[in-house]
Amino acid sequence: MADKHVSERLIALLSGRGEDLGAEWAEKVTGSLGGRVARAEVERELREIYAALVAALSDGSVDGYDEAFGEVRALLTELSRNRALQGFTPTETAVSVFALKQVLEPSLVGEDSDADAYLRFAALLDTLGLFTIEVYSRTREELIAAQAEQLLELSTPVVKLWEGVIGVPLVGTLDSARTMVVMEKMLQALIDTGSEQAIIDITGVPTVDTEVAQHLLKTVVAARLMGAECTISGIRPQIAQTIVALGIDFGDIVTKSTLADALRHALRRSGTTVSRTAPQAGAR
Amino acid sequence: MTGPSRTSEVLEITTTAGVVQARQQVRVLAQQCRLSLVDQTKLITAASELARNTLVHGGGGTMTALLVEERARRGVRLSFADHGPGIADVDLALTDGWTSGTGMGLGLSGSKRLVDDFVLDTTPGEGTTVTITKWGR
Ligand SMILES: Nc1ncnc2c1ncn2[C@@H]1O[C@H](COP(=O)(O)OP(=O)(O)OP(=O)(O)O)[C@@H](O)[C@H]1O
Ligand SMILES: [Mg+2]
Repeated sequence: MADKHVSERLIALLSGRGEDLGAEWAEKVTGSLGGRVARAEVERELREIYAALVAALSDGSVDGYDEAFGEVRALLTELSRNRALQGFTPTETAVSVFALKQVLEPSLVGEDSDADAYLRFAALLDTLGLFTIEVYSRTREELIAAQAEQLLELSTPVVKLWEGVIGVPLVGTLDSARTMVVMEKMLQALIDTGSEQAIIDITGVPTVDTEVAQHLLKTVVAARLMGAECTISGIRPQIAQTIVALGIDFGDIVTKSTLADALRHALRRSGTTVSRTAPQAGAR
Repeated sequence: MTGPSRTSEVLEITTTAGVVQARQQVRVLAQQCRLSLVDQTKLITAASELARNTLVHGGGGTMTALLVEERARRGVRLSFADHGPGIADVDLALTDGWTSGTGMGLGLSGSKRLVDDFVLDTTPGEGTTVTITKWGR
Protein backbone atom coordinates (compact mmCIF):
# COMPACT_ATOMS: atom_id res chain seq x y z
CA MET A 1 0.00 0.00 0.00
CA ALA A 2 1.30 3.42 -0.97
CA ASP A 3 0.36 5.08 2.33
CA LYS A 4 2.11 2.34 4.25
CA HIS A 5 5.29 2.79 2.25
CA VAL A 6 5.25 6.55 2.65
CA SER A 7 4.63 6.45 6.36
CA GLU A 8 7.36 3.86 6.90
CA ARG A 9 9.80 5.99 5.04
CA LEU A 10 8.85 9.04 7.08
CA ILE A 11 9.16 7.20 10.38
CA ALA A 12 12.64 6.04 9.40
CA LEU A 13 13.57 9.60 8.58
CA LEU A 14 12.01 11.16 11.66
CA SER A 15 13.45 8.67 14.11
CA GLY A 16 16.79 8.40 12.30
CA ARG A 17 17.52 12.07 12.78
CA GLY A 18 15.67 12.20 16.11
CA GLU A 19 17.71 14.50 18.32
CA ASP A 20 19.19 17.05 15.94
CA LEU A 21 15.99 17.25 13.95
CA GLY A 22 14.06 18.12 17.10
CA ALA A 23 16.68 20.70 18.05
CA GLU A 24 16.59 22.32 14.62
CA TRP A 25 12.80 22.42 14.68
CA ALA A 26 12.70 24.02 18.14
CA GLU A 27 15.39 26.49 17.02
CA LYS A 28 13.33 27.68 14.05
CA VAL A 29 10.11 28.00 16.04
CA THR A 30 11.69 29.78 19.02
CA GLY A 31 13.42 32.21 16.68
CA SER A 32 10.23 33.14 14.89
CA LEU A 33 8.47 33.84 18.18
CA GLY A 34 11.02 36.50 19.10
CA GLY A 35 11.75 35.01 22.50
CA ARG A 36 8.19 35.51 23.72
CA VAL A 37 7.90 31.81 24.50
CA ALA A 38 10.74 30.14 26.41
CA ARG A 39 12.90 27.71 24.46
CA ALA A 40 12.22 24.98 27.04
CA GLU A 41 8.47 25.48 26.61
CA VAL A 42 8.71 25.28 22.83
CA GLU A 43 10.80 22.13 23.09
CA ARG A 44 8.29 20.50 25.39
CA GLU A 45 5.40 21.32 23.04
CA LEU A 46 7.26 20.10 19.98
CA ARG A 47 8.53 16.92 21.64
CA GLU A 48 4.94 15.92 22.42
CA ILE A 49 3.76 16.74 18.90
CA TYR A 50 6.72 14.88 17.43
CA ALA A 51 6.00 11.74 19.46
CA ALA A 52 2.31 11.84 18.52
CA LEU A 53 3.20 12.37 14.86
CA VAL A 54 5.48 9.34 14.79
CA ALA A 55 2.84 7.26 16.56
CA ALA A 56 0.20 8.30 14.02
CA LEU A 57 2.50 7.49 11.10
CA SER A 58 3.16 4.07 12.66
CA ASP A 59 -0.55 3.42 12.23
CA GLY A 60 0.11 3.64 8.49
CA SER A 61 -1.78 6.88 7.87
CA VAL A 62 -0.71 10.11 6.18
CA ASP A 63 -4.09 11.83 6.32
CA GLY A 64 -4.17 14.60 8.93
CA TYR A 65 -7.92 14.28 9.44
CA ASP A 66 -7.63 10.54 10.07
CA GLU A 67 -8.49 9.06 13.45
CA ALA A 68 -4.82 8.11 13.87
CA PHE A 69 -3.95 11.80 14.08
CA GLY A 70 -6.42 12.51 16.89
CA GLU A 71 -3.65 12.98 19.45
CA VAL A 72 -1.67 15.24 17.10
CA ARG A 73 -4.73 17.39 16.53
CA ALA A 74 -5.45 17.58 20.27
CA LEU A 75 -1.91 18.82 20.93
CA LEU A 76 -2.10 21.31 18.06
CA THR A 77 -5.44 22.54 19.38
CA GLU A 78 -3.87 23.25 22.76
CA LEU A 79 -0.89 25.00 21.19
CA SER A 80 -3.10 27.05 18.90
CA ARG A 81 -5.44 28.13 21.67
CA ASN A 82 -2.54 29.22 23.86
CA ARG A 83 -0.93 31.22 21.07
CA ALA A 84 -4.25 32.89 20.19
CA LEU A 85 -4.95 33.81 23.82
CA GLN A 86 -1.42 35.18 24.24
CA GLY A 87 -1.92 37.47 21.25
CA PHE A 88 0.38 35.77 18.72
CA THR A 89 -0.44 36.13 15.02
CA PRO A 90 -1.79 33.24 12.90
CA THR A 91 1.62 33.01 11.20
CA GLU A 92 3.42 32.76 14.52
CA THR A 93 1.02 29.99 15.44
CA ALA A 94 1.19 27.92 12.26
CA VAL A 95 4.98 28.18 12.12
CA SER A 96 5.16 25.37 14.68
CA VAL A 97 3.90 23.02 11.98
CA PHE A 98 5.39 24.55 8.86
CA ALA A 99 8.88 24.79 10.37
CA LEU A 100 9.00 21.00 10.50
CA LYS A 101 8.47 20.95 6.75
CA GLN A 102 11.46 23.26 6.28
CA VAL A 103 13.62 21.19 8.59
CA LEU A 104 12.78 17.93 6.81
CA GLU A 105 12.97 19.32 3.30
CA PRO A 106 16.73 18.80 2.82
CA SER A 107 16.53 15.13 3.83
CA LEU A 108 13.52 14.41 1.66
CA VAL A 109 14.80 16.00 -1.53
CA GLY A 110 18.36 14.73 -1.00
CA GLU A 111 20.28 12.28 -3.15
CA ASP A 112 17.98 9.26 -2.83
CA SER A 113 15.03 11.61 -3.23
CA ASP A 114 11.57 10.21 -2.88
CA ALA A 115 9.18 12.66 -4.49
CA ASP A 116 6.11 10.70 -3.49
CA ALA A 117 7.06 10.62 0.18
CA TYR A 118 7.92 14.30 0.14
CA LEU A 119 4.67 15.35 -1.50
CA ARG A 120 2.59 13.23 0.84
CA PHE A 121 4.39 14.57 3.85
CA ALA A 122 4.08 18.16 2.62
CA ALA A 123 0.34 17.63 2.12
CA LEU A 124 0.03 16.17 5.62
CA LEU A 125 1.79 19.15 7.20
CA ASP A 126 -0.31 21.57 5.13
CA THR A 127 -3.44 19.94 6.49
CA LEU A 128 -2.16 20.16 10.05
CA GLY A 129 -1.01 23.74 9.52
CA LEU A 130 -4.42 24.78 8.25
CA PHE A 131 -5.96 22.98 11.19
CA THR A 132 -3.95 25.11 13.64
CA ILE A 133 -5.06 28.27 11.86
CA GLU A 134 -8.67 27.14 12.03
CA VAL A 135 -8.42 26.55 15.78
CA TYR A 136 -6.63 29.86 16.12
CA SER A 137 -9.40 31.86 14.46
CA ARG A 138 -12.10 29.96 16.36
CA THR A 139 -10.37 30.88 19.62
CA ARG A 140 -10.13 34.53 18.59
CA GLU A 141 -13.82 34.53 17.73
CA GLU A 142 -14.68 33.15 21.16
CA LEU A 143 -12.53 35.85 22.68
CA ILE A 144 -14.33 38.57 20.76
CA ALA A 145 -17.72 37.14 21.72
CA ALA A 146 -16.69 37.14 25.38
CA GLN A 147 -15.55 40.73 25.12
CA ALA A 148 -18.79 41.73 23.45
CA GLU A 149 -20.64 40.21 26.37
CA GLN A 150 -18.56 42.18 28.84
CA LEU A 151 -19.27 45.33 26.88
CA LEU A 152 -22.96 44.53 27.07
CA GLU A 153 -22.78 44.62 30.85
CA LEU A 154 -20.71 47.77 30.88
CA SER A 155 -22.89 49.74 28.53
CA THR A 156 -26.10 49.20 30.46
CA PRO A 157 -26.05 51.39 33.52
CA VAL A 158 -29.22 51.93 35.50
CA VAL A 159 -29.24 55.12 37.52
CA LYS A 160 -31.46 56.53 40.24
CA LEU A 161 -32.79 59.87 38.98
CA TRP A 162 -34.98 60.82 41.91
CA GLU A 163 -36.64 59.25 44.89
CA GLY A 164 -38.81 56.57 43.29
CA VAL A 165 -37.57 57.14 39.72
CA ILE A 166 -34.83 55.21 37.91
CA GLY A 167 -33.31 55.97 34.51
CA VAL A 168 -32.19 53.43 31.92
CA PRO A 169 -30.12 55.15 29.21
CA LEU A 170 -29.75 52.92 26.17
CA VAL A 171 -26.84 53.33 23.78
CA GLY A 172 -26.46 51.29 20.61
CA THR A 173 -28.86 48.66 19.39
CA LEU A 174 -31.32 46.56 21.31
CA ASP A 175 -31.11 42.92 20.30
CA SER A 176 -32.48 40.05 22.35
CA ALA A 177 -29.27 39.47 24.33
CA ARG A 178 -29.07 43.15 25.19
CA THR A 179 -32.75 43.29 26.10
CA MET A 180 -32.29 40.46 28.58
CA VAL A 181 -29.49 42.34 30.34
CA VAL A 182 -31.38 45.63 30.33
CA MET A 183 -34.55 44.05 31.63
CA GLU A 184 -32.76 42.19 34.41
CA LYS A 185 -30.85 45.26 35.53
CA MET A 186 -33.91 47.48 35.41
CA LEU A 187 -36.11 45.10 37.38
CA GLN A 188 -33.39 44.64 39.99
CA ALA A 189 -32.93 48.42 40.29
CA LEU A 190 -36.70 48.89 40.73
CA ILE A 191 -36.57 46.49 43.68
CA ASP A 192 -33.32 47.81 45.16
CA THR A 193 -34.41 51.44 45.08
CA GLY A 194 -38.07 50.79 45.82
CA SER A 195 -38.97 52.74 42.69
CA GLU A 196 -42.24 52.61 40.81
CA GLN A 197 -41.20 54.75 37.85
CA ALA A 198 -38.64 53.89 35.18
CA ILE A 199 -37.53 56.08 32.30
CA ILE A 200 -35.99 54.33 29.32
CA ASP A 201 -34.03 56.87 27.32
CA ILE A 202 -33.31 55.97 23.69
CA THR A 203 -31.40 59.10 22.66
CA GLY A 204 -28.38 56.86 22.00
CA VAL A 205 -30.24 54.28 19.92
CA PRO A 206 -29.56 55.09 16.24
CA THR A 207 -32.26 52.92 14.67
CA VAL A 208 -35.66 51.94 16.01
CA ASP A 209 -36.99 49.13 13.84
CA THR A 210 -39.60 46.47 14.61
CA GLU A 211 -37.08 44.37 16.52
CA VAL A 212 -36.00 47.22 18.80
CA ALA A 213 -39.64 48.30 19.26
CA GLN A 214 -40.69 44.79 20.17
CA HIS A 215 -37.92 44.56 22.75
CA LEU A 216 -38.84 47.95 24.20
CA LEU A 217 -42.44 46.83 24.53
CA LYS A 218 -41.38 43.62 26.27
CA THR A 219 -39.30 45.60 28.76
CA VAL A 220 -42.23 47.89 29.54
CA VAL A 221 -44.54 44.93 30.06
CA ALA A 222 -42.03 43.31 32.43
CA ALA A 223 -41.87 46.51 34.51
CA ARG A 224 -45.66 46.69 34.61
CA LEU A 225 -45.86 43.15 35.91
CA MET A 226 -43.84 44.39 38.87
CA GLY A 227 -46.20 47.29 39.45
CA ALA A 228 -43.91 49.89 37.89
CA GLU A 229 -44.62 52.34 35.09
CA CYS A 230 -42.27 53.09 32.19
CA THR A 231 -41.84 56.24 30.17
CA ILE A 232 -39.80 56.18 26.97
CA SER A 233 -37.78 59.32 26.31
CA GLY A 234 -35.27 60.58 23.80
CA ILE A 235 -37.41 60.06 20.72
CA ARG A 236 -35.81 62.35 18.14
CA PRO A 237 -37.92 63.80 15.29
CA GLN A 238 -36.45 61.52 12.60
CA ILE A 239 -37.06 58.48 14.79
CA ALA A 240 -40.64 59.56 15.48
CA GLN A 241 -41.35 59.94 11.74
CA THR A 242 -39.81 56.56 10.99
CA ILE A 243 -41.78 54.81 13.73
CA VAL A 244 -45.02 56.28 12.39
CA ALA A 245 -44.23 55.28 8.78
CA LEU A 246 -43.33 51.75 9.86
CA GLY A 247 -46.69 51.52 11.60
CA ILE A 248 -45.42 50.75 15.08
CA ASP A 249 -47.94 51.50 17.80
CA PHE A 250 -46.64 52.08 21.31
CA GLY A 251 -50.20 51.85 22.64
CA ASP A 252 -50.71 53.54 25.98
CA ILE A 253 -47.00 53.81 26.74
CA VAL A 254 -46.06 57.41 27.44
CA THR A 255 -43.31 58.72 25.17
CA LYS A 256 -41.45 62.01 25.56
CA SER A 257 -38.91 63.76 23.40
CA THR A 258 -36.51 64.64 26.20
CA LEU A 259 -35.36 63.04 29.42
CA ALA A 260 -36.34 66.22 31.30
CA ASP A 261 -39.94 65.96 30.05
CA ALA A 262 -40.03 62.30 31.02
CA LEU A 263 -38.70 63.04 34.50
CA ARG A 264 -41.31 65.74 35.04
CA HIS A 265 -43.98 63.30 33.93
CA ALA A 266 -42.69 60.48 36.15
CA LEU A 267 -42.50 62.76 39.17
CA ARG A 268 -46.04 63.98 38.64
CA ARG A 269 -47.23 60.38 38.39
CA SER A 270 -45.47 59.50 41.62
CA GLY A 271 -47.04 62.46 43.36
CA THR A 272 -44.02 64.75 43.52
CA THR A 273 -44.37 68.28 42.22
CA VAL A 274 -41.46 70.38 41.16
CA SER A 275 -42.00 74.09 40.96
CA ARG A 276 -39.88 77.04 40.09
CA THR A 277 -39.41 79.60 42.83
CA ALA A 278 -37.86 83.01 42.70
CA PRO A 279 -34.08 82.65 42.90
CA GLN A 280 -32.89 83.13 46.46
CA ALA A 281 -30.74 86.10 47.21
CA GLY A 282 -27.09 85.23 47.22
CA ALA A 283 -27.63 81.83 45.52
CA ARG A 284 -25.52 82.48 42.48
CA MET B 1 -33.14 54.18 -17.46
CA THR B 2 -30.80 54.16 -14.57
CA GLY B 3 -27.38 55.59 -15.22
CA PRO B 4 -24.12 53.91 -14.36
CA SER B 5 -23.66 52.95 -10.76
CA ARG B 6 -20.94 54.62 -8.75
CA THR B 7 -20.41 52.01 -6.08
CA SER B 8 -21.56 48.45 -5.83
CA GLU B 9 -20.93 46.38 -2.75
CA VAL B 10 -22.16 42.91 -1.91
CA LEU B 11 -22.58 42.05 1.75
CA GLU B 12 -23.22 38.56 3.06
CA ILE B 13 -26.05 38.37 5.58
CA THR B 14 -25.67 35.06 7.37
CA THR B 15 -25.64 36.16 11.02
CA THR B 16 -27.10 39.03 13.04
CA ALA B 17 -23.70 40.73 12.69
CA GLY B 18 -24.54 40.92 8.96
CA VAL B 19 -27.68 42.91 9.76
CA VAL B 20 -25.62 45.35 11.84
CA GLN B 21 -23.10 45.68 9.00
CA ALA B 22 -25.92 46.28 6.52
CA ARG B 23 -27.16 49.22 8.60
CA GLN B 24 -23.64 50.65 8.82
CA GLN B 25 -23.01 50.35 5.07
CA VAL B 26 -26.34 51.94 4.24
CA ARG B 27 -25.65 54.80 6.65
CA VAL B 28 -22.40 55.59 4.81
CA LEU B 29 -24.11 55.48 1.40
CA ALA B 30 -27.05 57.57 2.58
CA GLN B 31 -24.65 60.24 3.80
CA GLN B 32 -22.64 60.12 0.56
CA CYS B 33 -25.88 60.65 -1.30
CA ARG B 34 -26.68 63.63 0.95
CA LEU B 35 -30.06 62.34 2.00
CA SER B 36 -31.77 64.41 4.71
CA LEU B 37 -31.52 63.10 8.26
CA VAL B 38 -35.11 61.87 8.16
CA ASP B 39 -34.56 60.09 4.82
CA GLN B 40 -31.31 58.55 6.07
CA THR B 41 -33.08 57.19 9.13
CA LYS B 42 -35.95 55.84 7.06
CA LEU B 43 -33.64 54.09 4.60
CA ILE B 44 -31.45 52.59 7.33
CA THR B 45 -34.53 51.33 9.15
CA ALA B 46 -35.95 49.77 5.96
CA ALA B 47 -32.57 48.13 5.32
CA SER B 48 -32.54 46.77 8.85
CA GLU B 49 -35.99 45.20 8.35
CA LEU B 50 -35.20 43.66 4.98
CA ALA B 51 -31.78 42.41 6.08
CA ARG B 52 -33.40 40.69 9.04
CA ASN B 53 -36.08 39.15 6.83
CA THR B 54 -33.31 37.85 4.55
CA LEU B 55 -31.65 36.27 7.57
CA VAL B 56 -34.67 35.03 9.51
CA HIS B 57 -37.15 34.06 6.77
CA GLY B 58 -34.79 33.58 3.83
CA GLY B 59 -32.20 31.60 5.77
CA GLY B 60 -29.45 34.09 4.89
CA GLY B 61 -28.51 35.88 1.69
CA THR B 62 -26.91 39.06 0.43
CA MET B 63 -27.40 42.80 0.25
CA THR B 64 -26.16 44.58 -2.84
CA ALA B 65 -25.85 48.31 -2.36
CA LEU B 66 -25.21 51.00 -4.93
CA LEU B 67 -25.51 54.69 -5.58
CA VAL B 68 -27.66 55.38 -8.63
CA GLU B 69 -28.14 58.46 -10.77
CA GLU B 70 -30.96 59.26 -13.13
CA ARG B 71 -32.24 62.51 -14.59
CA ALA B 72 -30.00 64.61 -12.37
CA ARG B 73 -31.12 62.97 -9.16
CA ARG B 74 -29.11 60.67 -6.99
CA GLY B 75 -30.28 57.83 -4.84
CA VAL B 76 -29.34 54.72 -2.93
CA ARG B 77 -30.51 51.36 -4.23
CA LEU B 78 -30.42 48.25 -2.10
CA SER B 79 -31.20 44.73 -3.16
CA PHE B 80 -31.78 41.95 -0.64
CA ALA B 81 -31.64 38.46 -2.11
CA ASP B 82 -32.01 34.99 -0.65
CA HIS B 83 -32.62 31.44 -1.86
CA GLY B 84 -35.06 30.70 0.92
CA PRO B 85 -38.64 29.36 0.78
CA GLY B 86 -40.05 32.41 -1.02
CA ILE B 87 -43.39 34.00 -0.21
CA ALA B 88 -46.51 32.11 -1.28
CA ASP B 89 -49.03 34.89 -0.66
CA VAL B 90 -47.45 38.29 -1.33
CA ASP B 91 -50.58 40.29 -0.47
CA LEU B 92 -50.84 38.56 2.87
CA ALA B 93 -47.13 39.09 3.63
CA LEU B 94 -47.58 42.80 2.84
CA THR B 95 -50.52 43.10 5.22
CA ASP B 96 -49.73 45.19 8.30
CA GLY B 97 -49.48 42.97 11.32
CA TRP B 98 -49.32 39.66 9.50
CA THR B 99 -46.43 37.46 10.52
CA SER B 100 -45.65 33.79 10.05
CA GLY B 101 -43.46 33.93 13.13
CA THR B 102 -43.40 35.95 16.31
CA GLY B 103 -42.56 39.37 14.86
CA MET B 104 -44.81 42.42 14.61
CA GLY B 105 -45.53 41.72 10.98
CA LEU B 106 -44.61 45.29 10.03
CA GLY B 107 -41.14 44.85 8.52
CA LEU B 108 -42.13 44.24 4.91
CA SER B 109 -45.17 46.52 4.68
CA GLY B 110 -43.47 49.18 6.79
CA SER B 111 -40.28 49.30 4.78
CA LYS B 112 -42.37 49.76 1.62
CA ARG B 113 -43.73 52.97 3.18
CA LEU B 114 -40.23 54.12 4.20
CA VAL B 115 -38.77 54.21 0.67
CA ASP B 116 -39.59 55.66 -2.77
CA ASP B 117 -39.41 52.49 -4.88
CA PHE B 118 -40.13 49.00 -3.64
CA VAL B 119 -39.99 45.90 -5.85
CA LEU B 120 -40.71 42.48 -4.40
CA ASP B 121 -39.76 39.51 -6.54
CA THR B 122 -40.39 36.09 -5.06
CA THR B 123 -40.93 32.53 -6.21
CA PRO B 124 -42.06 29.87 -3.75
CA GLY B 125 -39.34 27.30 -3.35
CA GLU B 126 -36.73 29.45 -5.05
CA GLY B 127 -36.22 32.60 -3.05
CA THR B 128 -36.96 36.25 -2.58
CA THR B 129 -35.41 39.49 -3.80
CA VAL B 130 -36.54 42.86 -2.52
CA THR B 131 -35.12 45.96 -4.20
CA ILE B 132 -35.65 49.39 -2.72
CA THR B 133 -34.54 52.88 -3.73
CA LYS B 134 -34.53 56.15 -1.84
CA TRP B 135 -33.96 59.29 -3.90
CA GLY B 136 -32.30 62.47 -2.73
CA ARG B 137 -34.25 65.67 -3.08
N1 LIG C 1 -37.16 36.96 2.57
C1 LIG C 1 -38.26 36.30 2.91
N2 LIG C 1 -38.40 34.98 2.62
C2 LIG C 1 -39.50 34.30 2.99
N3 LIG C 1 -40.55 34.84 3.63
C3 LIG C 1 -40.50 36.14 3.94
C4 LIG C 1 -39.36 36.94 3.61
N4 LIG C 1 -39.60 38.20 4.04
C5 LIG C 1 -40.80 38.18 4.63
N5 LIG C 1 -41.35 36.96 4.58
C6 LIG C 1 -42.68 36.56 5.08
O1 LIG C 1 -43.48 37.71 5.21
C7 LIG C 1 -43.95 37.86 6.53
C8 LIG C 1 -44.08 39.31 6.88
O2 LIG C 1 -42.78 39.91 6.94
P1 LIG C 1 -42.56 41.13 7.92
O3 LIG C 1 -41.14 41.55 7.84
O4 LIG C 1 -43.58 42.16 7.62
O5 LIG C 1 -42.90 40.52 9.35
P2 LIG C 1 -42.00 39.63 10.32
O6 LIG C 1 -40.62 39.54 9.80
O7 LIG C 1 -42.70 38.37 10.59
O8 LIG C 1 -41.99 40.50 11.66
P3 LIG C 1 -41.27 41.92 11.90
O9 LIG C 1 -42.35 42.91 12.10
O10 LIG C 1 -40.45 41.75 13.11
O11 LIG C 1 -40.46 42.22 10.69
C9 LIG C 1 -42.97 37.10 7.39
O12 LIG C 1 -43.55 36.67 8.61
C10 LIG C 1 -42.59 35.95 6.46
O13 LIG C 1 -43.53 34.91 6.53
MG1 LIG D 1 -39.48 41.20 9.30
